[in-house]
Amino acid sequence: MSISTPSARPARTIDGLLLAGLFAVAGAVTRAIWFTPVEARQGLAQKIFYIHVPSAFIALYVAFGLLAVSSALYLWLRDPRLDRMAESAAEVGLVYMSVVLLTGPIWGKTVWGTWWTWDARLTLTLFLWFVVLGLLLLRQSIDERSMRARYSAVLGLLAAILVPFIHISVYLFRTLHPRPIVLKPSAPSLPGSMLTTLLISIAAFLLLFVGLMRVRYRYATQRDELLAAEGTE
Amino acid sequence: MALVEAAALTRAFGNRRAVDRIDLAIAAGECLALFGPNGAGKTTLLRLLAGLLRPTAGEARVDGVALPGGAAGRAAVGLISHQTMLYPALTALENVEFAAQLHGVPNATSAARAALGRLAIADRADTPVRALSRGMQQRVTVARALVHSPRVLLLDEPFTGLDDAGSSTLAEALAELAREGAALLLVTHDVREGLALATHVAVMRRGSIALHEPRIASGEPDAFVRRYREIVSA
Amino acid sequence: MSADLISGPTRVAVDATPREMHRLAPPSFVTATWLIARKDMIVELRTRTALLAALALSLLSIVIFNFAWDPTAVAAIDLAPGLLWVIFTFSGLLGLHRAFGVEQADRAMDTLLGAPIPRTAIYAGKALGNLALVLLVQLVSIPAALVVYNLEVARVILPLGGIALLAGIGLVAVGTLFGAMTTSTRASELLLPVLALPFFVPVVTAAAQATARLMGGRPVDETIGWLKLLAAYDIIFVFACAFAYTVIADE
Repeated sequence: MSISTPSARPARTIDGLLLAGLFAVAGAVTRAIWFTPVEARQGLAQKIFYIHVPSAFIALYVAFGLLAVSSALYLWLRDPRLDRMAESAAEVGLVYMSVVLLTGPIWGKTVWGTWWTWDARLTLTLFLWFVVLGLLLLRQSIDERSMRARYSAVLGLLAAILVPFIHISVYLFRTLHPRPIVLKPSAPSLPGSMLTTLLISIAAFLLLFVGLMRVRYRYATQRDELLAAEGTE
Repeated sequence: MALVEAAALTRAFGNRRAVDRIDLAIAAGECLALFGPNGAGKTTLLRLLAGLLRPTAGEARVDGVALPGGAAGRAAVGLISHQTMLYPALTALENVEFAAQLHGVPNATSAARAALGRLAIADRADTPVRALSRGMQQRVTVARALVHSPRVLLLDEPFTGLDDAGSSTLAEALAELAREGAALLLVTHDVREGLALATHVAVMRRGSIALHEPRIASGEPDAFVRRYREIVSA
Repeated sequence: MSADLISGPTRVAVDATPREMHRLAPPSFVTATWLIARKDMIVELRTRTALLAALALSLLSIVIFNFAWDPTAVAAIDLAPGLLWVIFTFSGLLGLHRAFGVEQADRAMDTLLGAPIPRTAIYAGKALGNLALVLLVQLVSIPAALVVYNLEVARVILPLGGIALLAGIGLVAVGTLFGAMTTSTRASELLLPVLALPFFVPVVTAAAQATARLMGGRPVDETIGWLKLLAAYDIIFVFACAFAYTVIADE
């Protein structure tokens, strides 16, 4: 059985979609820094917002959502492609979560003077970061494909169940411990050009996410096919 | 009707087929001696038939019930595997009693004591298993497997560690159970013991059955060993 | 010693053949759960490794924190609740890995997996055994903490017991499952805390907040909110993890 399968691509070409995503993000960041008005209260540092918010949105809703759904579906359908999807969503999601956890405190410190606030979204991202890290470590410790997929899917599902509890805990905690500084990192009402930049940013980061997912998923597929070829000989 | 059946039974680990489309049937009173080199998949086959592994494809049936299935399908099976499956901190009696209770044997304590007695180890009933020698532990392991008088016995190297007295006691117990209608699958490297108990003989190689015949066709142990070597080196 | 101990008729005391034996009634879920929990507790009481380690960690932590604490800066009543439940979590973790570790050594797990009992009974039995261990440690630790930090015992001891029970169930529900997962993988013991701690956060938070309100003599309804969260967590995760265990155990 030969190794060159339909899904194999020459190793040297960089994926077109990924490249587009990288350019899009570069473009969005450029627009954010140079072609968007500076926010009055927060100054220049506010521009981190254009990286922080899209990353948070994608990390929590898209990446983790994908992880949770493919985990649950895997438990039902046992399709290896769902496992590869979960694996890719976990890794790429971890990257985005890391961006959120890095930009959040930087923004917080420069604008409000505190590194960390127990902001609901930031706290949730922190927890999910640990959970996804744990999931990846667990995956790494299991060699057998179907066992790894099963265990990972179980953890993914449990993580999804955990999310509302973290939410409620943080909410109860914050309402009973009012913070002196009221933070609104999401700044719901934005003037026109800022909103446009934000939307462009979200689209760009999303494109990058899809590009990264595609590359990662393809890697997983090729790796599995390679192991299959080795295994049956 | 066969008590133990495998129909195109397959089990893959990742992409390696440890058990590859095996068809098998063992009727009540029969004993199949299964030989094969290490890594042939014998242990995997046993675990599939014990309901400990889920098949990748095909079916494993015990007493007509597909395994793993629900709890009831496992009731008829007694398993002896490579390890002792015992709790070192518990006594011999407690170990066998626990197994009896898990199978719903009434009067579990006396059943356990009797099982230990059958294996001539009743005097060590109250000794913690970790204080027993490997050979003694094996007797307790056998007692544990037999205490609920299983209709199907899956045995993986059950003679390991047993001395002559222990071996003959075990052989007698197995023969008795076969006479009373149990089906036995005996995996062993001990050709003499295996052929002595067998009604049928099989050789497994790389996940498949390479040979399957009635005992009579296998002839004397030495002759069989020669044929076996030919099969596995082919 | 009765006569049938000598190798005579190879029948068990019940005097049934295999044909008759297969009409045995396998134990119910409750019976099987209890058998497994009881077996675990006996093994643990005999070896005492996890129990002593957890107790030692717990008591030592209580003492060590006493030396790390400035009573003039923070009142005992502010420190104790959080401390109590953080220590509870870490000492609980010590015992959790052991529950399935005990089965691994000689593949005793196969006896459980091969028996005609529901898989969920294995999970429930192990979890119950773990719960007993956790509660036993708390039985000693909570009074010890109250004494060391000079807190008013009488009023709070019973409600604290209730919180300990609720928190214990949550801890054990998730911890037992993750214990099962980590013992059957190549993962070191360190993976269990990494996986479990994020899941313990709602438990610890709720328990600590409820305890703080309890000790501070706050109105009951403030405490109730946290207790409801804890109870909801318990119910949801016990079922979720029991289901998850059937997936894990199904090789």
